[in-house]
Amino acid sequence: MPRIEFNQDLCKGCGLCLSACPQRLIQLRKNRLNDKGFHPAYVEQADRCAGCGVCATICPDLVIKVWR
Amino acid sequence: MGKRVLMKGNEAIAEAAIRAGCRYYFGYPITPQTEIMHYMAKRMVEVGGTVIQAESELAAINMVYGAAAAGARAMTSSSSPGISLKQEGFSYIAGAELPAVAVNIVRAGPGLGGILPSQGDYFQATKGGGHGDYRNIVLAPASVQELYEMTVEAFNLADRYRMLTLILGDGALGQMMEPVTFRDQEPIDLPDKPWALTGTGGARPHNTITSIYIKADVLEAFNQKLQAKYAEISRKEVRAECLNCEDADILMVAFGTCSRISRSVIPVASAEGVRVGLIRPITLWPFPSEVIAQAASQPSVKAVLTIELSCGQMVEDVRLAVNGMKPVRFLGRSGGNLPTQQEILQKIMKMAGR
Amino acid sequence: MKAVFKRTDGLLNVPMHYCPGCTHGILHRLIAEAMCELDILHRTIGVSSVGCTYNNYEYFACDMVQAAHGRAPAVATGVKRVHPSKSVFTYQGDGDLAAIGTAEIIHAAARGEKISVFFANNAIYGMTSGQMAPTTLIGQVTATSPFGRDPDTQGHPINVSEMIATLPGAVYVERVSLHDYRHIVQAQKAIRKAFQVQEAGLGFSLVEVLSTCPTNWGMDPKSSMDWVAEAMIRQYPLGLFRDPKLEERK
Repeated sequence: MPRIEFNQDLCKGCGLCLSACPQRLIQLRKNRLNDKGFHPAYVEQADRCAGCGVCATICPDLVIKVWR
Repeated sequence: MGKRVLMKGNEAIAEAAIRAGCRYYFGYPITPQTEIMHYMAKRMVEVGGTVIQAESELAAINMVYGAAAAGARAMTSSSSPGISLKQEGFSYIAGAELPAVAVNIVRAGPGLGGILPSQGDYFQATKGGGHGDYRNIVLAPASVQELYEMTVEAFNLADRYRMLTLILGDGALGQMMEPVTFRDQEPIDLPDKPWALTGTGGARPHNTITSIYIKADVLEAFNQKLQAKYAEISRKEVRAECLNCEDADILMVAFGTCSRISRSVIPVASAEGVRVGLIRPITLWPFPSEVIAQAASQPSVKAVLTIELSCGQMVEDVRLAVNGMKPVRFLGRSGGNLPTQQEILQKIMKMAGR
Repeated sequence: MKAVFKRTDGLLNVPMHYCPGCTHGILHRLIAEAMCELDILHRTIGVSSVGCTYNNYEYFACDMVQAAHGRAPAVATGVKRVHPSKSVFTYQGDGDLAAIGTAEIIHAAARGEKISVFFANNAIYGMTSGQMAPTTLIGQVTATSPFGRDPDTQGHPINVSEMIATLPGAVYVERVSLHDYRHIVQAQKAIRKAFQVQEAGLGFSLVEVLSTCPTNWGMDPKSSMDWVAEAMIRQYPLGLFRDPKLEERK
């Protein structure tokens, strides 16, 4: 099963990965601020992630790692 | 002794640079120094070096910046208006602590001015010229032989202190022909450059070269490091020639071409019964303030005369050195004119009360 | 299971300072990945310029030198002439490359200097907070064109790739964009090719990368990407302007 990991400390909450995800699986954690003061991105239903890597490709801050 | 040849000053500079191991020359044509690039264009081919006729003086000095960052001995040359353009690069070279050599064969200014000899870039050369708290070592040769020797030395000083060394000549020195005796072996002092950009080779962390320090404390610490280096240079590298200074009635201070004319006044004044000494600063920065102060403090000295091809620039440093002990007078010509022996003599006789 | 996407060794493990959604981070990654894929990271020397990326020497894992505003191609020339067997690249923005550094970029290309130039065009000055750039679009509002860029008094945008492509020394010139996944993949190929052209000793290469500046454009990151797709590409069409036909020469 593919695996996806977000380094939430690096995330600036720009949201580019949200609209890039073909399945719209990514959201911003609205109830949490990271050390930089941003709402970090995360995948809610990780079991549905196909591991395509599109989110990681568009992420400007190298937040996302993907295994497949 | 090595080979003795008749050479133009500008060519002696170029040959000296090559003998000092410089293989990268970047320039832009401007009178009266372009012979340096002409000579380089031919000679560099023989030694496997690189000459680029750049699109501007700005580009040329930034090519020097790149080549120096890459660990090579590199130089540029120009004349006054072109040196003004290079000030950006001079400041960055100081800020990045890179070793490099630049030559200014000074012509009369301001503006496009004229193409005849001048020393009107003294302020620019010795007081920074570009932005920020920095210094360049400034050497002032007075003969073609010295253009050769000091160019070799300039590369050694640049590498020793990781900073720009500037040769401040003038149009007369650059254009004149004189015999030069070349050494068989140049005294090359080339330190290791572990900071240079060579590619990491996978064997070390990446090297970075920069002149930007955004944090105030970091930049202040860097400035203090530079100032400590400048203080060391001021202790170790001051050079001046003193001629007939002991028990002199009148002390002359002059560098470069002006020192040659001034020197010729000594026997003429002596024949008139006035003992005249000459202090010739060889390093304009660091300035030989103490040499001047000591000579001027002699009871015999009535006054000091500074002679320049300008409207009065080095005289300010001479006044600071003499510090009110004795009167400091000035004789200068500008626009490309040179003071004559007679002019200087008349001024001296007047100062001596004759 | 293998990693399909992990942090490249070409970038040091430090966070980058760019604004949220700024595409500089993507471009950094693509350059770093290209160096790793071609196995040239250890013998590449990069030149940082002036603008938001002034300190990207802190991010790239190769040797780096910081250059004065606009002078990166001249600095790169000096480095490359000393180390002809190393790869040398510059990373420049539109203010740096297309305004103050116009002479340097044109003449480095004219000399066929064997360097790779990565030119981030986001149609605005970023670091100095949003002034009009040479590449600002007609009608685009910036701090110094508050009523929209007026061609009568503020001139027209400069299409750098088309201009550089007229010079024989520039053997590879391509304009790419970072506004979506597909285009990022395309940009990645172009960046790799720029290094390959240099490695093959063919001449000067330039990749113009349409980029965003959400902060100074006053848009959110996604809208900024859309604006690249809708507005910028109309002024700056993507495509290959010079191609050395690498394959033919092999």
